[in-house]
Amino acid sequence: MEKVLFGYLSLAMLVSALLAVFSRNAVKAVLWVLVMFLHQAVLFLTLQAEFLAAVQVIVYAGAVLVLFLFVVYMINLREELRLPRFLGSYPLAFLAVFGLLVLAAAGLSGYHTAQALGILTPEALLKYGHARLLGEHLFREHLLAFEVAGVLLLVAVLGAVVLVRRIREGAV
Amino acid sequence: MPVNWYLWLALALFAVGLFGFVSRRNVIIMLLSIEIMLNAANVALAALGTRMQDVTGHILVFFVIAVAAAEAAIGLSLVVLLYKRFREVHMDEVRRLKG
Repeated sequence: MEKVLFGYLSLAMLVSALLAVFSRNAVKAVLWVLVMFLHQAVLFLTLQAEFLAAVQVIVYAGAVLVLFLFVVYMINLREELRLPRFLGSYPLAFLAVFGLLVLAAAGLSGYHTAQALGILTPEALLKYGHARLLGEHLFREHLLAFEVAGVLLLVAVLGAVVLVRRIREGAV
Repeated sequence: MPVNWYLWLALALFAVGLFGFVSRRNVIIMLLSIEIMLNAANVALAALGTRMQDVTGHILVFFVIAVAAAEAAIGLSLVVLLYKRFREVHMDEVRRLKG
């Protein structure tokens, strides 16, 4: 049962990612990526990471893809359907990606995991829940990184506002 | 479930995203390919975190999601900028890098 679920999820993620990469229409590509993200949230659930599944649905499916859709609808892409999808050098890109796949598969086929550390055991997950364990370690040991991530998001939002506003003044 | 299967899935997803980023003309789909690659990394990190019973892998997924959100905001505002400047979102048409 578990293997059937994993097989379905991985197949759905791969097929939807391929459809997103190969689709001509940008709106359809965004919606296929949305399908991939929802399947990935379920994949996080199979890894006992329910807080990550919630964050995946809220942040990716709820915020990032809405931003993508907003920009796709703001930009007129009507001539997209007549142009070729790929750059002229895409066989070269295919070769490069194939080389990466071969090298990484050679590295991954001899992979063995190390000894488990034993913080995130199933008993602790049942007793405290994933969100509480993650939050305790996040705010005790990784507090500086958390603050830096917050500053990074603030700078990104301000940078987006400044970038778009400056060109509007220049164009007028 | 062995952790190797999750790692193979992450590798395949990363390859799909990399192919999309290198070969597509449309900037929006190139940014979506970056998101696919970051999600492949997230699959590997979450699988290794669960397998090693260590919470750091899951915390790294959290930070990767934050960085992906920042990247999407900046990248999409650059796409809007590009479209207002050139009326074009295809990368092979944008040859002029100076102002």
